[in-house]
Amino acid sequence: MKTTNRAVRTPGGLSVRLDARAVTVVLLLIVAALVASVVLIGTGDFPIPAADVLRTLVGEGNPGQEFIVTELRLPRVLVGLLVGASLGLGGALFQAISRNPLGSPDVLGLGQGATAGALAVIVLGSGSANQVAAGALVGGLVTGLAIYVLAWKRGVHGYRLVLVGIGVSAIVTAVNGYLLTKSDIVDAARAVVWMTGSLDGRDWDQVWPLLALTAVLVPLVLVNARGLRMMEMGDDVSYALGVRVERVRLLLMAAAVLLTASATAAAGPVSFVALTAPQLARRLTRSPGPNLLPSLCMGAALLVVADWVSQRAFGAEQLPVGVVTGVLGGVYLLWLLVSERRAGRI
Amino acid sequence: MSAGVEKSTSGLNNQGSTVNRLSAENVTLAYDQRVIAERLSVAIPDNSFTVIVGPNACGKSTLLRALSRMLKPSEGRVLLDGQVIQSMPAKKVARTLGLLPQSSIAPDGITVADLVGRGRYPHQGILRQWSAEDERVVQESMRQTGVAELGDRYVDELSGGQRQRVWIAMALAQQTPLLLLDEPTTYLDIQHQIDVLDLCAELHEEQGRTLVAVLHDLNHAARYATHLIALREGRVIAEGAPKDIVTAGLVEEVFGLRCQVVDDPETGTPLVVPAARKARAHAAGGKAAATEAS
Repeated sequence: MKTTNRAVRTPGGLSVRLDARAVTVVLLLIVAALVASVVLIGTGDFPIPAADVLRTLVGEGNPGQEFIVTELRLPRVLVGLLVGASLGLGGALFQAISRNPLGSPDVLGLGQGATAGALAVIVLGSGSANQVAAGALVGGLVTGLAIYVLAWKRGVHGYRLVLVGIGVSAIVTAVNGYLLTKSDIVDAARAVVWMTGSLDGRDWDQVWPLLALTAVLVPLVLVNARGLRMMEMGDDVSYALGVRVERVRLLLMAAAVLLTASATAAAGPVSFVALTAPQLARRLTRSPGPNLLPSLCMGAALLVVADWVSQRAFGAEQLPVGVVTGVLGGVYLLWLLVSERRAGRI
Repeated sequence: MSAGVEKSTSGLNNQGSTVNRLSAENVTLAYDQRVIAERLSVAIPDNSFTVIVGPNACGKSTLLRALSRMLKPSEGRVLLDGQVIQSMPAKKVARTLGLLPQSSIAPDGITVADLVGRGRYPHQGILRQWSAEDERVVQESMRQTGVAELGDRYVDELSGGQRQRVWIAMALAQQTPLLLLDEPTTYLDIQHQIDVLDLCAELHEEQGRTLVAVLHDLNHAARYATHLIALREGRVIAEGAPKDIVTAGLVEEVFGLRCQVVDDPETGTPLVVPAARKARAHAAGGKAAATEAS
């Protein structure tokens, strides 16, 4: 429970301090996510044993399995991993910036904003899947910008950000309700499925943009993570320590909005991953700080496991993954909170 | 790496220049439209323990915020080593000037050693995240502030006095020749107030750091400061060594309080003894009514 920091230094003057527990958590979560991915790829109407999945992934499977794995199931799993990672990281960023677990994209209305964009495309234009995704992306970005502008007053402050976000969320929810009542039954059904968050039918078209975006944003975020750690102690302290607070905050908020909006565009507003993944990660690492990497890995693992549950738990009747993440993440978090309470910690 | 170390150690000594390292020139300080001080000029003497005193809302904390570049003056400028402080790289300022703000948040579940270690941020970079030097300075800062044994404890389970020492240790780990403290004794009981002030005096006397503190207690200020700045309504009413400037007249002018100033039996520094209630009511009855009406 005490610090398990280990310093690693090279003769060239490079030095890092690693928290052994956090490193272990990250590694275990990566393993969990990968194992769940392999199992998930093997799952479906045409089950494939894990060994065959691995053989196919390295290019030595039979043609039939090859088609099922690389064309149908692998892209879906990759979208799941990327969406989960983006939501986990985006949520951790928002919670760290607002210094409040409630400052999550789910609560702030980013998901609602993306939904509004998607609904507008579905209801008003009956657009294609790609147009819906673009609509969601635009909706999420506009909402993020609106929240930032409205909450901005000599720096975005935690409670202000949360309250403004809740206000924006309420307005956008009303707009979404209006759009739904205006739609015909086919559009409405499509909209509701989209709104629950689902990985059904995701293919390589969704993988590439997400992969490109995360490849740029994740390193950018991690480079600025040390500044964000300092910002936990309040703006004054971090500013006194030489962190350019406003710049770091704007940059990281922009990254978090992009991550969340693109994840939502790809899979719909998968609920609670952004809220629970950072909290779960934090409780596993037991370390202060934004826990960015553990949250990212937790998001990816959580989403893939949830997708597997959604396909298996209820027989042939598949659930949208968003239903499962809500239940799974919520229950796990409550269990952790209750058990920590018993152990005498907050 | 070695250059950085040299810089910070040489900074601890007065380099013999006549210009003070930190000063504010004709600054106008305002929050939005509310002007706190206009055309205020203050110089912090090098190697001094400067204390800023004044009644509530006189602008003392605001001045400290301006000196530590938390607040950008709407006019005028704050100079650090001859440069406009806002134009300097943030980390460079942070290696020269440290600030202990009034309110700081200890992250949940952070240990003392971890928190103190965060003071090393301005000396670190993406490749140099935790050097042996960092480790050494953190240990030394904790030793100097008497919290070395608390290293593994959680900050939230410490007492108020211990916590304040930890925050000071964090500011020390920053290794800055100038250290600014905004009301470091607030919320502490008398024993811990003296404890913190003794620590400040040690840092000033033994390490030659320049300290600037905002204090509420005039008697503490007179006892510990080598240089006192008395502010009222955003203007400097008097500045100098406490024994030269603290008089009954000054206290009346700055705080509107009738008092006697006697020699502190312990230290010989000025000791402010407020006049008895009846004496004050008798002498200032008319005046008080007049000021209240305005």
